[in-house]
Amino acid sequence: MVGIVLVSHSRKIVEGIYELASQMTGGKVPIGVAGGTQDGRLGTDATEIMEEIKKVDDGEGVVVLVDIGSAVMSAQMAIELLGEEYEGKVKIADAPLVEGAIAASVEASIGSGFDKVLLVAEEAKKLNKL
Amino acid sequence: MVITKNDVLKVVDKIVEVIKENKEYLTELDAAIGDADHGINLDRGFDAVKQKLTTLPETTDIGTILKTLGMTLVSTVGGASGPLYGTAFMRAGQVVQGKNELYEEDIVKIFEAALDGIKQRGKAEAGDKTMIDSIEPAYKALKDSLENNIALPEALNRAANAAKEGMEYTKNISARKGRASYLGERSIGHLDPGATSAYLMIKSFSDVVNLS
Ligand SMILES: Nc1ncnc2c1ncn2[C@@H]1O[C@H](COP(=O)(O)OP(=O)(O)O)[C@@H](O)[C@H]1O
Ligand SMILES: [Mg+2]
Repeated sequence: MVGIVLVSHSRKIVEGIYELASQMTGGKVPIGVAGGTQDGRLGTDATEIMEEIKKVDDGEGVVVLVDIGSAVMSAQMAIELLGEEYEGKVKIADAPLVEGAIAASVEASIGSGFDKVLLVAEEAKKLNKL
Repeated sequence: MVITKNDVLKVVDKIVEVIKENKEYLTELDAAIGDADHGINLDRGFDAVKQKLTTLPETTDIGTILKTLGMTLVSTVGGASGPLYGTAFMRAGQVVQGKNELYEEDIVKIFEAALDGIKQRGKAEAGDKTMIDSIEPAYKALKDSLENNIALPEALNRAANAAKEGMEYTKNISARKGRASYLGERSIGHLDPGATSAYLMIKSFSDVVNLS
């Protein structure tokens, strides 16, 4: 199954989204969370993101969802640090974090492949709310 | 002139010290146009660097020292400056891999690799009100000086002066990258925290080389 990793400056944000997404997918999808620094400040940590990607990857690829600022740069750095072995198998979705995470998790839970999960996550930014 | 491994370690110590001295100041600058954490972020990062470097074997080369430094910043800083300075030091380490001594051309390569790394990572250019506004002029001043056969200590001194001017210039422009870009025009009138920390690091390098 395609894995998902959620990245934010705030641990609470990713834990909250994890809860929402797990509830909708019955806990079937491997979802990793990376948020905050090791010493409990707001921030992102490329090495944590890298570890979470490794943790949720079962060979089918991992879609990474990020919020703002350093989340994007840290996630890009994490993917570089993973090296060739993961090339093309891990991508950052150009999508809003909450909506993208829910859409991607549900899509992964029905067994869709990497490209489809990524696409569905990115389509979440077109979602009209009103 | 040769820069030894010991000189490199002295520069790192100096940066650790200067960042600590300016922790509050950098955080205040970030409070005006960001999220009030730049000094705290970097101080945490460089404290971790200091710790980490004590665990490296005596025989570690300069490239590995710089790469380890970068990697440590990446995993401890937290803010945007983490991946940015992290990438800068890691790229700098790559271009002097295996070396235990550096010469003028290596210093130019280090600055060039660091600057390119930051630009690639953050997709910013000079004039966007970021750390690039001090690093790019410093790199140019260093390169020009060395090409005109000016000795390394003076070339670094000129680089530090150029970084200072670049830093001061960030006061007059509005932010187009990073958190401060949310403020747009309202960021005018404030120094960029990252341009200030970058100046402090370049100045530390110059000071150590000029004193030794
Ligand atoms: N895309 C970017 N490219 C270059 N430098 C940047 C970029 N984004 C932010 N910066 C630099 O990082 C500094 C802020 O660092 P810091 O406060 O540690 O991170 P954060 O903004 O995530 O809180 C800014 O003052 C700016 O110089
Ligand atoms: Mg900040």
